[in-house]
Amino acid sequence: MKYVDEYRDPRLARELVRYIRRRSTRPWPVMEICGGQTHTLIRYGIDQLLEGAVTLIHGPGCPVCVTPLEKIDRALAIARRQEVIFTTFGDMMRVPGSETDLLSAKARGADVRMVYSPLDALELARKHPERQVVFFAVGFETTAPANAMAVWMAHQEGVKNFSVLVSHVLVPPAIQALMEDPETEIKGFIAPGHVCTVMGYQEYETLAQSYRIPFVVAGFEPLDLLQGLAMLVDLLEEGRVEVQNQYTRSVCREGNPHARAIVEEVFEVADMTWRGIGPIPKSGLCLRERYRTFDAEFRFEVATISREESSVCIAGEILQGKKKPVDCPAFGRECSPEHPLGAPMVSSEGACAAYYAFRRLQEAEA
Amino acid sequence: MKFVCPMPIEEYDAVTLGHGGGGKLTNRLIRELLEPTLNNPFLAELHDGAMLPRAQGRLAVTTDSYVVSPPFFPGGNIGDLAVHGTLNDLAMCGARPLYLTLAMILEEGFLLQDLWRILASIRQRLEEANVPVVTGDTKVVERGKGDGVFLNTTGVGQILDGVDVRPARIQPGDAILLSGPIAEHGIAILSIREGLSFDTALQSDTANLWPVVEALLDAGGLDIHALRDATRGGVASALNELAQASGTGMVIQEEAIPVREEVRGACEILGLDPLFVANEGRFLAFVAPERADELLEVLHSHPLGGEARIIGRVVSDHPGVVRMETWLGGSRVVDMLSGEQLPRIC
Repeated sequence: MKYVDEYRDPRLARELVRYIRRRSTRPWPVMEICGGQTHTLIRYGIDQLLEGAVTLIHGPGCPVCVTPLEKIDRALAIARRQEVIFTTFGDMMRVPGSETDLLSAKARGADVRMVYSPLDALELARKHPERQVVFFAVGFETTAPANAMAVWMAHQEGVKNFSVLVSHVLVPPAIQALMEDPETEIKGFIAPGHVCTVMGYQEYETLAQSYRIPFVVAGFEPLDLLQGLAMLVDLLEEGRVEVQNQYTRSVCREGNPHARAIVEEVFEVADMTWRGIGPIPKSGLCLRERYRTFDAEFRFEVATISREESSVCIAGEILQGKKKPVDCPAFGRECSPEHPLGAPMVSSEGACAAYYAFRRLQEAEA
Repeated sequence: MKFVCPMPIEEYDAVTLGHGGGGKLTNRLIRELLEPTLNNPFLAELHDGAMLPRAQGRLAVTTDSYVVSPPFFPGGNIGDLAVHGTLNDLAMCGARPLYLTLAMILEEGFLLQDLWRILASIRQRLEEANVPVVTGDTKVVERGKGDGVFLNTTGVGQILDGVDVRPARIQPGDAILLSGPIAEHGIAILSIREGLSFDTALQSDTANLWPVVEALLDAGGLDIHALRDATRGGVASALNELAQASGTGMVIQEEAIPVREEVRGACEILGLDPLFVANEGRFLAFVAPERADELLEVLHSHPLGGEARIIGRVVSDHPGVVRMETWLGGSRVVDMLSGEQLPRIC
């Protein structure tokens, strides 16, 4: 398949694996921030191929994982309303709130629909003027432009029955929070390619200098990640602190000015709570005052719903690479992919879920 | 052969509650539509049940309900599935199909024209397989209490002599054969779902697997240890179920699993893993390793197995777990899904 097979060439991939293993003098602890990259690493077994040369710490870059419990509960409260069609990306459907998830709410009669784009949700609103259509605007900087565009278009067209439940998070403040921790083990970062496609990577240059740590912006195909890791290991071995861009076919230093402009128009930076980590100042987006009427939290008065997370769960320390999932007292007991207590067990690419699957293998082999 | 609908449908263009009420309308539906369409001596008795002749040897029985939405899709409709699905479940028991039953639950308002299209498909599939529907049932539910049409078929088949296919016979060393490229049915259905429609030349792979299974069993006999059609949950779920049922481990090679370009493309865009996408005309065979190449040739010589591959082997390590060796030389666990496969945000 064109534009895919080029980035999955087994011969080139094996060469890169050999290069990284030869070049690395110690198991460098590096973090890939983005959940999409974690998914590729695990799906192709790249993490195992690099064992001993690179220790991959899976970062908090899965929007499903870090959406706070209380947002899910607010989503459920809105979705249960008679007049609401609640639309969402597919993988938010199974994320548990404090009592249930959207799939179960759907089973009990809530009108919850999966869409592939916020513009599909807007189209539903146009088609059903008698209903309230709400879109769960989740994600990092990557999904922000499309979500902003949907709100902007609804505003332009005067679509009154459309709103968004916003749970947007930003990558650089999360990296800052991780690096502020004196016990952090992380020595380098794979920066998220699609976030940087939108935002560029100037912010990462500042972070690199502040924390004396190298970054490589990488894509999502196996060869992208292997090449990105090879570049990162080069930087680490040579002790160089800089930001390099592997994903040049998509990312430029300034990002996409049109996308940034629409995000800037509709959203402003706000404090945000991350599931498993807690509040991080200025780490999220909320709608600007003039678009506030499109904010589902205000429209349906659910902003007061708040929830505490499980106290047993050590997701925060796992997301920071300080502890392994098996160190958690709840791992595999109260907490499993079917009944997750914390973020990294929710999504299949979360560190706990990945460990859970591999532990099954090890136990079976023992 | 073109078969014309035997019932004048001008009077009612849609199913009414009366069609399931047991009165004149029901009677007409059965006498004028179902009986002539599914025409065979067992049904012609118009009795409460079918009285069947004595059978030789061991029988297999299976039942399945069909609720696919939408009921018409590229490459077939719910009627094709209801015949093929149940014939295939019999085939997976090593059984030649003898009889089917057919129960329909229709929603008030379902177009008779559509019902006719479905019945015409059923008739065609039965003729191809040379299997009669010997008894049936029709119920109508109020509007809003169903999804147009639900079908149930039960199948009775005769297990071939010298054949014993079941999960418990799977053993370490067995070769795993896959009959053809995967995920076509699931992607064909997705391509016409509301809000998701995309253009594709893909068609459902719905097919009666018995002819190719029979050829395989004739050639392999007791060296065929188990068969499984990879329907809901796809190849990954079928392998996991069998690994657990047989207490063995399974190792498959990513590169060996045939996936067509269109399917790969759709899966990339939709964020789905083809291993977990449904098939309606593909099966897995677990066979003695020394016969694997020869039996693969048998599959290749049949139109339904032309693209069959050996995709892996059964091992004694990690019982109950399916492991995949990736094209990159890595390895990962292929787990069962916790629920339905949901596309990822990023």
